[in-house]
Amino acid sequence: MISLFYLFSAILLVFALGTVISTNLIHSALLMMGSFFAVAGLYLLLQADYLAMVQILVYVGAIAILLVFGVMLTRKGSIEESNLPNRYKGIGLLTALGLFGLLARSIYYTRFPAPPIGHPTQSILAIAQAFLLQYFVAFEALGILLLIAILGAILIGRDSK
Amino acid sequence: MIGLSHYLFVAAALFCIGVYGVLTKKNAIAVVMGIEFMLNAVNINLIAFNHFMAPNHVIGQLFAIFIIGVAAAEVSLGLAIILSLYRQRHLVAIDEMDILKW
Repeated sequence: MISLFYLFSAILLVFALGTVISTNLIHSALLMMGSFFAVAGLYLLLQADYLAMVQILVYVGAIAILLVFGVMLTRKGSIEESNLPNRYKGIGLLTALGLFGLLARSIYYTRFPAPPIGHPTQSILAIAQAFLLQYFVAFEALGILLLIAILGAILIGRDSK
Repeated sequence: MIGLSHYLFVAAALFCIGVYGVLTKKNAIAVVMGIEFMLNAVNINLIAFNHFMAPNHVIGQLFAIFIIGVAAAEVSLGLAIILSLYRQRHLVAIDEMDILKW
């Protein structure tokens, strides 16, 4: 259990770092897919099996593929140097490191309360009941949001000439 | 023993990698990738808190599902805008996208 957590975390962080460091946009997209698989592994360790499946289905299957299509449709110049950093590289690195230091310090010094005793629920059944009984308005709103996003994407991406 | 803090550290590191990607990339699609990393870090946090703090509820997982749905909407709209800008103005780099300034 312990080694699996470190394995998935290492894969996740190494692949994510490779995504932001690589100067080839296709390599970035493929490394990002690998890191999404590692996130799904972390979800499995947290006993969120439904979320792990959704993660693979939506992030690896849809979002990463969509981004690869975007990369292919917006070629400009050589693909080897398609993902160059802008001129704020130093400031960005400083901001990210400072933010991580701040977050790590606050996580390290926070004493979380002891977890309550409870058996993990069967997550798919509980999620279905919460979605369709208790939070069904939010569920419908999410559906409408996705529908509007699809229509908007078609409207924006259509050839207007 | 792997506790809540371990997951929070991993999520914080992933979030900061995403921040670095968003701040320092020239290509608009790479910026979208950085945003995806930040959203994934938030999801890891939500599910870790759900697992360790409220093991007999699924409310954290519900929030994560909402974030995944919103991320899908955001990526589709963002890519539509990027493709439209590329087709009409031949722009990919975000520091050249300043047509609204005129």
